[in-house]
Amino acid sequence: MSDAAFDTATPAGALLGGLAEHFPGAGFTTSLGDPVVRLSREDLAAFVAAARDAGLDTFIDLCAVDYLSRPEGRFEVVVHLLSMEARLRLRIQAAVPGDDPRVPSLTAVFPGANFYEREAYDLFGIRFDGHPDLTRLLLPDDWEGHPLRKDHPMGSVPVQFKAIEGMP
Amino acid sequence: MSNPPDIVTGDTEAPAFGGPQAAPPGASGDDARRRTHDLWLSGTESPGEMGRFTSEGAQEMLAEEAPSILAAQMGSLAGDDYTVPLATGEGDTQIINMGPQHPATHGVLRLQLELEGEIIRRAKPIIGYLHTGMEKTAEALTYVQGATNVTRMDYLSHFFNELCFSLAVERLLGIEAPPRAQAIRVMMTELNRVSSHLLWLASQGLDVGALSMMLYGWRERELFLAFFEKVTGLRMNHDYIRPGGVAADLPDGWEDDVAGILDKVPKGIADYQALLDANPIFKERTVGVGVITAAECRAFGITGPLLRAAGVAWDLRRAMPYSGIERYRFDIPVGSGGDVYDRYRVRIEEMKQSLRLVEQVAAAMPAGDYRTDDLKVTPPPRARLDQSMEALIHHFKLFTEGFKVPPGEVYQAVESPRGELGMYLVSRGGAKPWRLHVRGPSFANVQALPVMLADSLVADTVATVASADPVLGDVDR
Repeated sequence: MSDAAFDTATPAGALLGGLAEHFPGAGFTTSLGDPVVRLSREDLAAFVAAARDAGLDTFIDLCAVDYLSRPEGRFEVVVHLLSMEARLRLRIQAAVPGDDPRVPSLTAVFPGANFYEREAYDLFGIRFDGHPDLTRLLLPDDWEGHPLRKDHPMGSVPVQFKAIEGMP
Repeated sequence: MSNPPDIVTGDTEAPAFGGPQAAPPGASGDDARRRTHDLWLSGTESPGEMGRFTSEGAQEMLAEEAPSILAAQMGSLAGDDYTVPLATGEGDTQIINMGPQHPATHGVLRLQLELEGEIIRRAKPIIGYLHTGMEKTAEALTYVQGATNVTRMDYLSHFFNELCFSLAVERLLGIEAPPRAQAIRVMMTELNRVSSHLLWLASQGLDVGALSMMLYGWRERELFLAFFEKVTGLRMNHDYIRPGGVAADLPDGWEDDVAGILDKVPKGIADYQALLDANPIFKERTVGVGVITAAECRAFGITGPLLRAAGVAWDLRRAMPYSGIERYRFDIPVGSGGDVYDRYRVRIEEMKQSLRLVEQVAAAMPAGDYRTDDLKVTPPPRARLDQSMEALIHHFKLFTEGFKVPPGEVYQAVESPRGELGMYLVSRGGAKPWRLHVRGPSFANVQALPVMLADSLVADTVATVASADPVLGDVDR
C-alpha cells in the first residue's frame, strides 16, 4: 500500500525500499519532504527493530499526540529515527485508540526510549507494555490525570496558596 | 598588671563562679565524664552563665555521650587510614542521593547512586523538579507568541530554541526567511554556542577544581551577553528570532562589537588551553572518566559534543544544514576517547569554529530586509499604521489572533550546543500549535548518565555530569 516510490540508487531510498518490502502493511508517505511511515501499533516494535538493523540506528525521539477524535484512534505515538550514514530521518506514526491506550515498549530495541516512554505515559497516560519501569517521569508520583491530554483543562490544578479571605 | 583571666579548668575542685555546682544527671560518680563535662563548660566567655542549668537541665551534650564518641570528637580516636577497600561483600551497597539541591548538578537534577565502597554500581537520574508544562503552554500561545515560550526551555542556548521553532513554523507555512535574516540567525546562534560553551567551561572547571575557569568563563561570556542585550534588548530569553525572520535589524555599530568579541575571545580560549590542556590535575580528573561509546550514544540518542567526542563526525549543520549555514566554512572537531577530556577538547575547538563562522558571516552580511515580506506573517511597518487603516487592522489582528498555519506535521532539528534540538510541531490549521513536542538534547544526555557513571568512582560524578552539560530547563520543560 506504499504510495511512495523509492529512489533505490541513494542509500536512503534503498534503506526505505528494503523496509517497505518487509512490511507490506506499512504506509510510506512523505510530509514536507520527510519520509513518514504509518503502521499499526502491533507492528511498531518489530518495525523499529528492523529499521534499526537496516541502518536507522540512532534513536532520536518518541512522543505522543492527542487528536481527541479521529477515526483511526485518539492518540498517536510518533517515533523519530535517524541514520547518520544515509543522512535519513524517518518518522514512524502509530495510532492508539483512546479507550485502550497501550503500545508495545521500544526499550528492548533502543534503551534510549525509556525516558521518552515514561514521559508519554506521564503526560498522556499511554501504557507501554514491557517497559521495565513505567512510572511518572516529570510529574509527582501522586499526580492525578495526564495533563497533555486535550481534555485536561489548563489551570485546573488547585493552587496551594490563595488570596486571603476578606481582602479586596 | 591586670589580673589573669578567670579561667575554670576541670582540675579546679571548687569552681570560681557561683556556688558548688551540681553534677548533671548521668555524670555523677564517673570522674572521666565529670572531667569532660567540666572541660566542655570551661573556656566560655561567661562561665557563670554557662554553668547554670536551665529548666531543661544542663545545657551541654557531651556528658551524656558514650566515651568512644567523646574520644572521636576530641580527636584521640581519629584514624589516619583513608584507604577504602575496592571490593566489599555481596550486597554491601548503599544508596546515596545527590541533589536535587546540589551545586554540582547544574540545576535541580537528582541522582540516586548505588555505591559499593567508593564505586558507583548503579545510578538513576530523577528529573521533573523544573517541569513547568511548557509543551502545554505552547498549545495556548499563538505562533507569534510561541518563540517567547520556547526560548525559556534551554535557557543557555535561547537563540537555538527560537531558531528551531521558527524554522518549524516556516516549513509549515512554506516560507523562507530573507538572506539577511538567515545570516543574522547564523551569527547569533553561533555566538550563542560560544557563550553556552563558555559557561560549560566555567562550570566544568569549577567542578574538577580549576576555580579560575569559573571566573574566566563568566568574564568572557559577559561580552556575548552585552552584545545580545544590545541587539535584542535582553541578556537572555530574547524572543529575537521569530517566524519569518528576526524581530529587529542589527543595531548601528554591531560590526565593532562583533570585531571586539572576535578579538578578545580567541585570546581567552588560548589562555584556557594553556591552563588546562596539559594540566596534570585536570587530566587526572578527566581522562578516561565518564566514557560512553559511539554505539551507546546512538542507542540512547546522544548527539552533539558527546557523540563527537566518541568519534562520530556528525553535525546537523553539515549533514542537514539550516538557515543557509552551508554557505560558510567550518570544521567538525572529533575526539576518540568519548571521555570528559575529549568533550573538553571538542568543545574548545567548537568555540573556535563558531567564531570562525561568525567572522565569515559578519564579513559578508547581506543587505536587505530582516524579515519576510509575507504580509500574513510580518506586521506592517510602524510608519504605515499612521497612514493606513488596513495596516492598523492588520497589525491588530496579527498580534491578537495571530496567523493561521496550514495543517501538517513537521520535525525540525538544529544543532544546539548540547546536541540535536528538535521540535515536532503539529498544526491543524489554527493560529496555535495543536501540539509542540520538544526533543531536548539534555533530556537524552541525562538519561544516559547511568551509562557514563556505572563503575566509576563517586568522586568522578561531578566531572561526568558537568561534561554532559545538562540544562535542566531543557530536560524538564
